[in-house]
Amino acid sequence: MAATMTRDEIFQKVKTVLVDALAVDEDEVSSQASLIKDLGAESIDFLDIVFKLEQTFGFKIAQGELFPENVAQNPEYVQAGKVTPKGISELKSKLPHLNFEKWESDPALGKLAEMFTVDTIVRFVEKKLS
Amino acid sequence: MRWMWIDRVVEIEPRKRLVAVKNVSMAEEHLHDHFPAEPGLPALPVMPASLILEGMAQTGGVLVGQAEEFRYKIVLGKVSKYEIRREATPGCVLRYTATVLRMDEQGSSIAGHIALLEPTRLRDGFVEIGTVEMMFSHLDGSMGGAGVSGVDFPEHNFVFGEAFRTMLSGSGITIS
Repeated sequence: MAATMTRDEIFQKVKTVLVDALAVDEDEVSSQASLIKDLGAESIDFLDIVFKLEQTFGFKIAQGELFPENVAQNPEYVQAGKVTPKGISELKSKLPHLNFEKWESDPALGKLAEMFTVDTIVRFVEKKLS
Repeated sequence: MRWMWIDRVVEIEPRKRLVAVKNVSMAEEHLHDHFPAEPGLPALPVMPASLILEGMAQTGGVLVGQAEEFRYKIVLGKVSKYEIRREATPGCVLRYTATVLRMDEQGSSIAGHIALLEPTRLRDGFVEIGTVEMMFSHLDGSMGGAGVSGVDFPEHNFVFGEAFRTMLSGSGITIS
């Protein structure tokens, strides 16, 4: 079933996951909605989303595969609150589902999490299933 | 001292399921204020629903804490669902059953079932009165926001402290 799922089918399932995990209304879950800024996600919600995606799509998500980790603590990757070029290339290789375009011009660590949108999750699931 | 809201663990299947009980007693002072008598109304001592939830959280916390031999600090992160349908009055026994839905190093998700044994309905046995879904974060020393907030969590396990150890050893579970 996984291979035949269209992007819209994935989106609908992701929407159900987010409505459940974040207690938001269906119409709030637009493709470009930011998980943190628009849907009010907090740190524990990210783990909840991971668990629910696994359950919904039947795959395993390793720690750090969907959301970044071990970036903030590494001085090679973060200096004075900004992600270093080395950190950026590390993030890009580890998180290919994330669109870094807008963020890259001012790569503040604090803004990294805000880049996660509903579409980021859909792209991640799409890559996992293909 | 940590306020304990379970009296004893009565069943444990490591990493899967844990059952604990709590006896509701008129000796608990807060019951005298929840709810006190008012003019024209008698006192109505009932266990606050928030503390029943805490009892469920402690039950789930022991279950996921035990999985890694109480190395992590298990902190309640989120209550996704909580429904409670009947009041627990002095003389009742609450039974909390926690079942692991999903667990990894970072955290866990638990389904909880709350049942009540009422002294006037002993023949009915434990009757389910509520359900919970909750999540825990599993923290170790490196996760205190060091490098971001500059504040580390204390080294010692402030979650599974003396009060928990006492309750657990009374239930035949030891923390090394």
